[in-house]
Amino acid sequence: MITAILLFWPALAALLVLLIKGQGAKKVAFGAALVEFALSLFALSGFNAENGGTQLALNFPWIESAGISFSIGMDGISLLMVLLTTFLVPLIVLSSFKHDYKNPNVFYALILFMQTGLIGVFVAMDAFLFYFMWEVALIPIYFIAAVWGGENRIKVTFKFFVYTIFGSLFMLAAFVYLYLQTPGTHTADVNAFYQLALDSGQQSWIFWFLFIAFAIKMPVFPFHTWQPDTYTESPTQATMLLSGIMLKMGIYGVIRWLLPVVPMGVSQWADLVLILSIIGIVYGSIIAIRQRDLKRLIAYSSIAHVGLIAAGIFTLNEQGLQGGVIQMLSHGINVVGLFFIIDIIFSRTNTREITSLGGITQNAKSLSIFFMILLLGSVALPLTNGFVGEFLLLSGVFQYNYIYGAVAGLTIILGAVYMLRMFQGVMFGTKSEATEGFTDLTLNEKAVLIPLVIMVFWIGLFPNTFLSISEPAVMNLLTIINR
Amino acid sequence: MNQIPEVIRTIPLEYYLFFSAALFTIGVIGVLTRRNAIVIFMCIELMLNAVNLLLTAVASYRGDSSAQVFVFFIMAVAAAEVCVGLAIIVMTYRNIRSTDVQLLNYLKW
Amino acid sequence: MQEIVMPLNNQGMALLCLLVPILPLLGFILNGLGNRKLAKGLVSMIGCGTVLASFLISIYLFLDFTANGSRAYMVDYYNWISAGNMQIGFSFMIDQLTLLMMLMVTGIGFFIHLYSAGYMSHDENFGKFFSFINLFMFSMLLLVMGSNYVMMFVGWEGVGLCSYLLIGFWNKNTNYNNAAKKAFVMNRIGDLGFLLGIFLIFITFGSVSYPQVFAEAARYTGGIDSNIMIAITLLLFVGAMGKSAQLPLFTWLPDAMAGPTPVSALIHAATMVTAGIYMVLRSNVLYVLAPTSLEIIAIIGVATAVLAATIGLAQNDIKKVLAYSTVSQLGYMFLALGVMAFSSSIFHVLTHAFFKALLFLGAGSVIHAMSNEQDIRNMGGLRKYLPITFITFLIGTLAIAGIPPFAGFFSKDELLAHVWEHSKVLWGLGMLASFMTSFYMFRLVFLTFFGTFRGTESQRSHLHESPMSMTLPLIVLAILSTIGGFLGIPAVFGENMHVLQNYLAPIYGYAQVANAAAVAPLHIDHATEWMLMGISVAVAVVAAIIAYVMYVSKKTVPVAEGSKLSPLHNLIYNKYYIDELYDTIIVRPVMWMSSALHRFLDVIVVDGIVNGFGKLVMQSGRSLRYAQSGAIGFYIMVMVFSIVLILFLNFFIG
Repeated sequence: MITAILLFWPALAALLVLLIKGQGAKKVAFGAALVEFALSLFALSGFNAENGGTQLALNFPWIESAGISFSIGMDGISLLMVLLTTFLVPLIVLSSFKHDYKNPNVFYALILFMQTGLIGVFVAMDAFLFYFMWEVALIPIYFIAAVWGGENRIKVTFKFFVYTIFGSLFMLAAFVYLYLQTPGTHTADVNAFYQLALDSGQQSWIFWFLFIAFAIKMPVFPFHTWQPDTYTESPTQATMLLSGIMLKMGIYGVIRWLLPVVPMGVSQWADLVLILSIIGIVYGSIIAIRQRDLKRLIAYSSIAHVGLIAAGIFTLNEQGLQGGVIQMLSHGINVVGLFFIIDIIFSRTNTREITSLGGITQNAKSLSIFFMILLLGSVALPLTNGFVGEFLLLSGVFQYNYIYGAVAGLTIILGAVYMLRMFQGVMFGTKSEATEGFTDLTLNEKAVLIPLVIMVFWIGLFPNTFLSISEPAVMNLLTIINR
Repeated sequence: MNQIPEVIRTIPLEYYLFFSAALFTIGVIGVLTRRNAIVIFMCIELMLNAVNLLLTAVASYRGDSSAQVFVFFIMAVAAAEVCVGLAIIVMTYRNIRSTDVQLLNYLKW
Repeated sequence: MQEIVMPLNNQGMALLCLLVPILPLLGFILNGLGNRKLAKGLVSMIGCGTVLASFLISIYLFLDFTANGSRAYMVDYYNWISAGNMQIGFSFMIDQLTLLMMLMVTGIGFFIHLYSAGYMSHDENFGKFFSFINLFMFSMLLLVMGSNYVMMFVGWEGVGLCSYLLIGFWNKNTNYNNAAKKAFVMNRIGDLGFLLGIFLIFITFGSVSYPQVFAEAARYTGGIDSNIMIAITLLLFVGAMGKSAQLPLFTWLPDAMAGPTPVSALIHAATMVTAGIYMVLRSNVLYVLAPTSLEIIAIIGVATAVLAATIGLAQNDIKKVLAYSTVSQLGYMFLALGVMAFSSSIFHVLTHAFFKALLFLGAGSVIHAMSNEQDIRNMGGLRKYLPITFITFLIGTLAIAGIPPFAGFFSKDELLAHVWEHSKVLWGLGMLASFMTSFYMFRLVFLTFFGTFRGTESQRSHLHESPMSMTLPLIVLAILSTIGGFLGIPAVFGENMHVLQNYLAPIYGYAQVANAAAVAPLHIDHATEWMLMGISVAVAVVAAIIAYVMYVSKKTVPVAEGSKLSPLHNLIYNKYYIDELYDTIIVRPVMWMSSALHRFLDVIVVDGIVNGFGKLVMQSGRSLRYAQSGAIGFYIMVMVFSIVLILFLNFFIG
């Protein structure tokens, strides 16, 4: 039941927010998001971390004659993703407080509505429900980006929209095919999909259908070109939603709907996917080095990070999968923090060009500290969150293949290069015209950054809090994959 | 008094087939060649009735009345179509003082 | 057969062990948050006090350890990362080597903190400085105390971060920032090697915890010099190369002199850069299983030692000379590791920490007095103005040059004796480096403290001996540099006098099991030993005399910037153009690739294909729309013919 409440509360709250005129909407939205977070903590308290199966489940027929049911529930991986969503959304809402967007009620209603879609993706245990939620999550972000975005927003968001829809079409086709393969009166239940006995030929092409859909969302090289443009043009809150949470939909999709459904297809193509992912790591990192727009730089770094996660989960060993899960959390936290800091800098200086910034540390000590910590998390310094994920992921990839591991490890070096270059350009050196009168963080901004920084250290110091939640679920999936 | 199906069966089925095929073809050719909307409309009716005839004949020969149900449906649809269609034609005529379909080519690229 | 690492069940002791790194961390947090709010006196109290406390606790732990039969023990705090069969504990291992490093790090660290309180007193970011340097202490202590390779890696990266923060401490200056970035990135290259080494250890031995890995390695059945062992040891060594500035990753260390001088002394001379030696020493059991790797280490060590020494000959910046001498001395230490003189290596680490910290602090005192002048061409005659600095600096120089009875003599002599036993060629090269070391160090002393003052008048008027907080550490370190060598008295002066070697013997327990032949004690007869000692002293003295003749008698002063130099001199002066070489073959191509990949591959090729699909759809729509003529007759005709076609196909093909 709690899962259903978690799923529908944001949508309900969105309707409520829609009714509010003026800037009061943001406060109501923030309150609703906090309630959602509290609900998710309540769900956590009712969750049995020893159990690897689906819990807190709810299942009733939806389109009965077709065997499609409204089936939701959570295992450890879903729960972590839901927690990430409910943790980040209030912060994302809070981070927008200093902006006065036009039509605020619509803006915040869309954010909340999107939360329903995101949570729906993470808790859906029925293929068609998953597909439905997948698209539900896309619509609000399209409008947020297309209405409140930058100059090129129409062209860029249109491309993003068509790109992802194109991907999901493949997913739908694969789901329909799988659905028709289920015995008896067909069903789209996830466990029925896991039990299908498909031959390797079928698995092979279904693998590609599903992979393209998820790869576009993540995005994995070479399906990534929508991403830097979209991140750059969207309003910061949309960028945070996209990079912090929506990107995880793709990875989650792989873990839930790809690996256990077509294990033979995976073993057939894992090498190719790993190579693509690793190319993405090096490629994204190298391109990030010379980017001058801060948002674009983080966008490319995100391609590199996601490449590593993708590589890790396709190794199908426990370090890789667990690393992937924990890195999803870490990446969500770090990237939201970094985009927020860029937003802060942009709102004060009106530029995101590294070359026209500099010397900010002299005026803004607190900002430097927060920025530094998030950056260190991002470059995987030990005792911050990024390290745990990268360590496990690289270890997984290295166990899969030494060469892949070594090449993927370049992210450690290149990550340091582009991040430090950025930090130096923005924070160090002499003040520029734009940064002359830079003011330090306000209370509101600190309120966003402090929870993020706490999580950076929490995951860095006590990753087992989270690893132990996902461990049984990961083991469970691995048993299914290896049966 | 003979039953209607029996009467129908006094003529071989092939005759009905050829006859309705001929009617249908006339309808098609009419639709393709004529430019007056009303005539085109009549030709469409002709095609529908060709089908109706065939359905009735086959139903009688097979002793299965379900095909005849379709005939009623087709008649109902045809009646509805005439209502809407004639109304459209009348409106068209009022606007362009003609019922020539060649003139109605505004809906293009 | 070997020592067994016991888990520690004593809560109090566990807390004490934890306090050693946590106290500096506390200092970091307090000073970091209180930067500019706290008074300078309080900041330095916190900064120095926490380190002093750590030092005292370390002494207590050491005494307790020896009193309880020198049994190594593990202190487990909690399970840090666990994923499947990979279990990484947050835990410490206390053994002989750890304690030695702890004492060295906290001890020297404390004196350098004390020195900093005076040296940095005029800096506006006093609190920031102390918080960073305290964070460094924390990381360095984690590095040496960790009980598994991942914990070592934690400290390893942590010290790298602090090094980055402190090199770029004066972050308004772009050159300093670039130096900081270079240090971090070069270290990260090494770190990648280290990390891969850890993964390979995990795959091979199923654990990353020292006791388990070493016990497994001692039972290792793959034989000596198996590929996997060579791979592990070389990967770890790549990490050491980065951290300890060995060829080819040494160029960051001289640039790192951009940081404040106490940082150079603590991080870039005494402690952090010796982490690589600590790591190899810690993994001695793995290395004895891979003699080929050791051979490579020896060659790289000696090459670094010679190369850095030659560059040191021509430098004019007082800190750069010391930096190259550090690189060169680190090369020595790796040379010693390469010839399996493990104890000699750590002995040299220890003595080097004393005298190099002393030299850097002395240099700092000179720079302080000279109002931030670092060029020795503008110094001279300073012994009159800075007597304490002069004497202590001279002691440091005598120690590094290897003049008895100062500390460097004992460690260097022992080290070279092992090298002699191993290979005469390496020994010859080592001697060459030793000769150059002595020469450039005495050149530095003579140019700085002898002759006449060559600086400006305003500099002369400001010359003053440094305050007490700065001279006290100098004096303490000078005493240590004088007597430190007696920890390891060579066998010619009496059997079993080598305190350090006896103390450290247990840490080679596993290595002895794994490859007994490798760790056999040195067999060198006394006559040879006397001879080697004689040669090394003679070499040092001759070099000193040459330097004296050149720079004191003939009063030569290195030529000013921009004058014409002989080709060889030019080559050395410009550090063999190695930085330029790296710039050409690595930095520029990567930068070029970054732009090219973005502009060409990303925007044109990949995005081009994506947009191409879009354009294709648009284009086909554009041309196909003319079929939409609007003529109903045409539509119907197409429809009819299509139906006919479908029926036709259905009949005759389907």
